[in-house]
Amino acid sequence: MSTTVNRVGLPRDAYKGAATTLCAGCGHNSITNHMIKALYELGVEPHLLAKMSGIGCSSKTPAYFVETAHGFNGVHGRMPALTTGAHLANRQLIMLGVSGDGDTASIGLGQYMHMIRRNVDCTYIIEDNGTYGLTKGQFSATADLGSVQKKGAVNTFQPIDPCAVALALGCSFVARSFSGDGKQVVPLIKAAIAHRGTAILDIISPCVTFNDHDGSTKSYSWVKDHEESIADVSFIPFFEEVHVDYEPGTVREVRLHDGSHIVLKKLGEDHDPTDRGAAIKVIEEGRAEGHLVTGLLYVDTEMSDFASTEQIPERPLKDLGEDDLRLTREDFAQFMSEFA
Amino acid sequence: MTDPIVNDLTIQAATVNGSGSQTANLVLTRAIFHMGIPVAPKNVFPSNIEGLPTWYQLRITPEGHMARSDKVDVLVAFNVATWREDLKTVRQGGVVVHEEAFSTADARTDVTYYAVPFAKLAKSKIQSDTLRKQLANMIYVGVVAGVLGIPWESIEHAVRRQFLAKPKAVPVNLDAIKVGFDYWQDNFSKQDPYRLQPMTGVVEGKVLVEGNQAAALGALMGGVTVVAWYPITPSSSLCEYVIAYSDRFRTGSNNGEKRISVVQAEDELAAVGMAIGAGWAGARAMTSTSGPGISLMAEFSGLAYYAEVPVVIFDIQRIGPSTGLPTRTSQGDLAFVYTLSHGDTKHLVLLPGTVEECYEFARDAFDYSDRFQTPVFVLSDLDLGMNLWMTPEFKYPEKPFDRGKVLTKDDLEKLAGDWGRYRDVDGDGVTFRTLPGTDHPAAGYFTRGSGHDEMARYTEGADAYARNMDRLSRKLETARHALPGPVIDESGQKVGLIAFGSTHAAVVEARETVSVDYLRVRALPLSDDVARFVARHERVYIVEQNRDGQLFDLVRLALPPELVDRVRSIRHYNGQPIPAAAIIEPLSSQEMVPA
Repeated sequence: MSTTVNRVGLPRDAYKGAATTLCAGCGHNSITNHMIKALYELGVEPHLLAKMSGIGCSSKTPAYFVETAHGFNGVHGRMPALTTGAHLANRQLIMLGVSGDGDTASIGLGQYMHMIRRNVDCTYIIEDNGTYGLTKGQFSATADLGSVQKKGAVNTFQPIDPCAVALALGCSFVARSFSGDGKQVVPLIKAAIAHRGTAILDIISPCVTFNDHDGSTKSYSWVKDHEESIADVSFIPFFEEVHVDYEPGTVREVRLHDGSHIVLKKLGEDHDPTDRGAAIKVIEEGRAEGHLVTGLLYVDTEMSDFASTEQIPERPLKDLGEDDLRLTREDFAQFMSEFA
Repeated sequence: MTDPIVNDLTIQAATVNGSGSQTANLVLTRAIFHMGIPVAPKNVFPSNIEGLPTWYQLRITPEGHMARSDKVDVLVAFNVATWREDLKTVRQGGVVVHEEAFSTADARTDVTYYAVPFAKLAKSKIQSDTLRKQLANMIYVGVVAGVLGIPWESIEHAVRRQFLAKPKAVPVNLDAIKVGFDYWQDNFSKQDPYRLQPMTGVVEGKVLVEGNQAAALGALMGGVTVVAWYPITPSSSLCEYVIAYSDRFRTGSNNGEKRISVVQAEDELAAVGMAIGAGWAGARAMTSTSGPGISLMAEFSGLAYYAEVPVVIFDIQRIGPSTGLPTRTSQGDLAFVYTLSHGDTKHLVLLPGTVEECYEFARDAFDYSDRFQTPVFVLSDLDLGMNLWMTPEFKYPEKPFDRGKVLTKDDLEKLAGDWGRYRDVDGDGVTFRTLPGTDHPAAGYFTRGSGHDEMARYTEGADAYARNMDRLSRKLETARHALPGPVIDESGQKVGLIAFGSTHAAVVEARETVSVDYLRVRALPLSDDVARFVARHERVYIVEQNRDGQLFDLVRLALPPELVDRVRSIRHYNGQPIPAAAIIEPLSSQEMVPA
């Protein structure tokens, strides 16, 4: 009996991690499974993957997939800084950050925004449940105005929408999805990884323990009833042939830096994912109508990523030695003489 | 007239911040240095872009004393706002070069005045309207050159040196200096005893370097490839020098490729976070900051300590809690940095006492950090970091980088993948790590700031936690013996003196007046040599530039109970670099030990 393997010769099990310690039914566990599927199908080499996270339920999940990869569970809201530094040290690594709504939209909002501003080449997944699970159910900054807490308290503040923030900053890849919508999440994760630059993927991921009741706008039932996908998304990796067979005018294709393609099939109104203004508009309209708009909102495949802008060599900085880094004896002597 | 006083005087220029006076000060400094005379400049500047008073003290001694003097021999009064107060600082018999318009009615009669119409001269003799304000300061250089007898060739050398990158500026500046020089010749005869004469024997082979320049050079020679920082006085110039030197030494000549990344972060949290991320991924990484930034870096420093990630953190200390006095010096971060972050965190701290050590410790900090897989703090200060110091030329490193215990793919194959990230196989507390990107199925592990066992697995187990913390102690103990040991200079005196960092210059000078043995601490945790030194002396004074005697406390904690009463504390904390007098006076009054 032969096991099925992917293009780098690994079975799906090679992408699994430790057993989850999150609640049964947690949206984050679904996302973990979507991640395993996406990484397996993409054929990501585990040793080149760097799993980064901050603090919170979401930030525990990197332990639950690709156990053989390196992971760094840092401090609250600071995953972007660690990710930026690690990426600069070694451009070969595939940086995959997992964060939550508290980690991103509250304590980590500054770092989130500055990472986007720099367009650091990484995937940034927000497992967004609108609540602080580990500290037992306080509202987070992504909770909608008027959303009700389990014990009855009503949220009186405007939400911070990580996608709207990202778009306002000119983020080069912005998407939203729902943990229960694997058909959409998996191709979006693949596209985010293939994209060169900061890819933000805000995934609404219900907290079954503290935020899955009537009156919450982050519950399974609310999201299922209100999700409105702007286009069917599929992903064709660079190592597969493109054979799109749709009626003219019904699909849009986005070619990514590595030769992969995102194929978007129209549903209802046509959304141009390269139009940032349109992306902001579609989010705002959805909000006004009480819908959760999901799908690939915006992508810019031309923007220079941080390491390229900084002219960092492809050869990892970590591998440079004395010959690359020390002044020569002559340069050093010349340098000292200039102080005289 | 009294006997001439040669090459032993302190000039103080009182000017207005942002007026270009610093360039004039540096030209004067370089001209005197060119005469073979030792110089020790101290720049006292405000936290301000333009308009507030600023002072530049240029100490000149035949011996080459580097500490600040608390006496002024020659005042150059250029700032009307501080004129009355500045006049009070001049010693009896001193010289006052001042703007003619400043009133000397009912002023002191025990000093020599040279009144110069600087403003009028600038207006009539400097043609360029745009440069007049800047060049006006140069006129004072000419007058001082006249008063003290600085040869014109030294002035020319200094101007050329100062404007190395802008040779076009040389003639206009020389012209402005000539205006002052000529005015002196034409209008005054020498009334005071101060003179400068070319000399030999002290400055040969020496150069003038700021500590932050030295540290930047050290970091580059130490192999830094990722620098993340946030601007803060008095630390900014360190990273700015790294940038300037990187453009010159780390940039591919054909393709513009950079063998270093310097990131101006959004704040100090991100700055140290990026450095730690880079250190984790295997680069030599650093950040540099000062007090307020150090406070912000506390959380991440704890992560790097506990998760055992190499990173080098420079703290160029300024004085005060909170914002304090941003442009004044101190040694007030010692205790805080040593245990920066919550919950039994403890760090390796290097304490450079000279600019040469700023270079060496900056360079070697990367070796210590890689070797012990922990943050290494380099504690400098504003005085050391931002002032020019006379120093022997730095030495080229003879040793290769020490990257510490890193397992490669080949190592893992030999071990058949049997390793644990936090397993202490050598008994020294230092464990092996792998870097992300190592192509072996056993290479990966999960780094975390939460509780972990030898295999880097999450645990809240009591035994595992205590075991790990004990190992971290053992690691610090190993490191303690490897860090730079104290420098001891003793001749069997009854009284000893302990200091660290930039206090060194004042101690060297004080020891010409009082006979005391001397131990200079160069790293934390403290070496056993400190307790032994105390044991060999009846009394030991610990001199430092902070209010509460932070090193004094740390030394007492390290002493056996019977020695604790032998140590006493001398503290200086007004934001000005400590002068020798601040050591000599308390020592003399308590010990009566003339040399």
